[in-house]
Amino acid sequence: MASQPTAATPPSDSTNHGLRVVAAWLVLSAIATPLVAIYVGPLIPPGNASVQGQGQVFDNQVMTSLVTPILCLMVVFFAYGLVRFHANRNEAILDGPPLRNDARVQLFWIVITMTMVLFLAGFGTFELLKDGSGGGQGPNPIASPSGHHPLQVQVIGQQWQFTYRYPSLHGLESNQLYLPANTEVELHVTSLDVIHSFWAVELGVKADANPGVDNVAYVETKNPTVFHVRCAELCGLWHGYMFNNGYVVSRGGFDAWAAKQEKIFASIKPFMNRAPDQGGAPYAHSYLPAPGGGPPPVRAG
Amino acid sequence: MRLGVKLLLVVVAVVAAGVMIGFYVSHLTTLAGSPSYSVPVSGTKSHPVVNLEFQTVAAVGSKVSRNPDWVSYLVKTTSGWRRETVWDLPANATVHVTWLNFDGASGLRNPYYGLPQGIVGNQIRVDGKPARSIDPNDASHTFAVPALGIIVAAPGVADNAKNQCGYATYGCPMANAHRTIQFTFHTPAKGGHFRWQCFVPCAAGWVDGFGGPMQTIGYMDGFLNVKA
Repeated sequence: MASQPTAATPPSDSTNHGLRVVAAWLVLSAIATPLVAIYVGPLIPPGNASVQGQGQVFDNQVMTSLVTPILCLMVVFFAYGLVRFHANRNEAILDGPPLRNDARVQLFWIVITMTMVLFLAGFGTFELLKDGSGGGQGPNPIASPSGHHPLQVQVIGQQWQFTYRYPSLHGLESNQLYLPANTEVELHVTSLDVIHSFWAVELGVKADANPGVDNVAYVETKNPTVFHVRCAELCGLWHGYMFNNGYVVSRGGFDAWAAKQEKIFASIKPFMNRAPDQGGAPYAHSYLPAPGGGPPPVRAG
Repeated sequence: MRLGVKLLLVVVAVVAAGVMIGFYVSHLTTLAGSPSYSVPVSGTKSHPVVNLEFQTVAAVGSKVSRNPDWVSYLVKTTSGWRRETVWDLPANATVHVTWLNFDGASGLRNPYYGLPQGIVGNQIRVDGKPARSIDPNDASHTFAVPALGIIVAAPGVADNAKNQCGYATYGCPMANAHRTIQFTFHTPAKGGHFRWQCFVPCAAGWVDGFGGPMQTIGYMDGFLNVKA
């Protein structure tokens, strides 16, 4: 910052401030980074309710560990500058020595930042390709579990509630989301009106719900738990009220819930999954139960 | 004035503005200036009983709205039918609902909402006859309270029905063609504000049937203020 320099000449300073800053930074980083990695990282959401959620916690752990030394450098640099170079009251304001180009510093900075960016790009790509990380992958997912028949659930957004269809349960639909524990789940997220976003917070799932689009996301549940479902896309007057709880339950609990729901559902079932030209609801994008497993055909109304 | 004091004043002003904006937005999205109607209660204090009667009409008319062509709910009060959709109900109450629908069918986007739920017996009466589902294509409106799991759809008046209600103004008379839907639900033991809404995209003249009366309290949305 160019302030009006006085006629005074800066006194010569033989102290190696750079070395001091680097030394303080190394010490602080050596202390802070393990603490952040071990104690703070695991506390970062979404939690360990699913394999994907656990993966996201690990990703956040890695990234916060990487960013800690950078934060430490900034803190040390500013703190050192404030303590060492601040002007005392009534002291004449002196301009500092002119900055000079230093090729070594530039090279060091470029190499370090490029290495970090490339590492994070590779790390992020690997993590995404591993299992999709709970994100919506569009209608043709790249990262999908192989060798399994995941439980398919269609998530349908409508102003302002999510409902859930289970093709493998004869097209059962419910306004409650129940999932069996330790199960791979294939979520097909869509919307019947505006853009919503299905966010199963603790499961680490977030997928946009677009009208006419089948957005596929995968999640593998772990132990029984309760998780929150929210809409993460501003979708109208009652967007803030578009939330409910979801449940991961034991296999027995899931079967009991499904049996109860199927009884309730029986009276509307004849009206479901009809094509529009057969008297079906004109706007419903629905799945038909897939014969013999495999992805169910999507029928857009 | 010292720089620190100035900074402090700026911070205080920003925080105060944020809080005021928060309250304003909160007010907009809860009651939106819509007065609440306390539905008369009978029964005992421990087991209150409420008879709630409302209409759905295709157009409210210019005397009760600046938007005379908007579809709306009207509630029966001690002083007649009024366009108010925030209703006070006691907690732990049995609520007997009589719903008079004077509007035609426009169909459900999701046929699932044709399934009555969250009400006593998961069954409604349509024109006096018991029903466990409504043909989604015949649905005219829904009364749904998502947080209480309540979903009830009402079938519409036939397109060729005689003597259909035009502008409702202070309620459509019973002589007009209508459907009568009856059901019973219980309010929770704990109080709270529970949003209710219509799931049929019934806002004629708006893109995809949403907007206007579907996004405005006092028409097709409201609150149940359950008081413990």
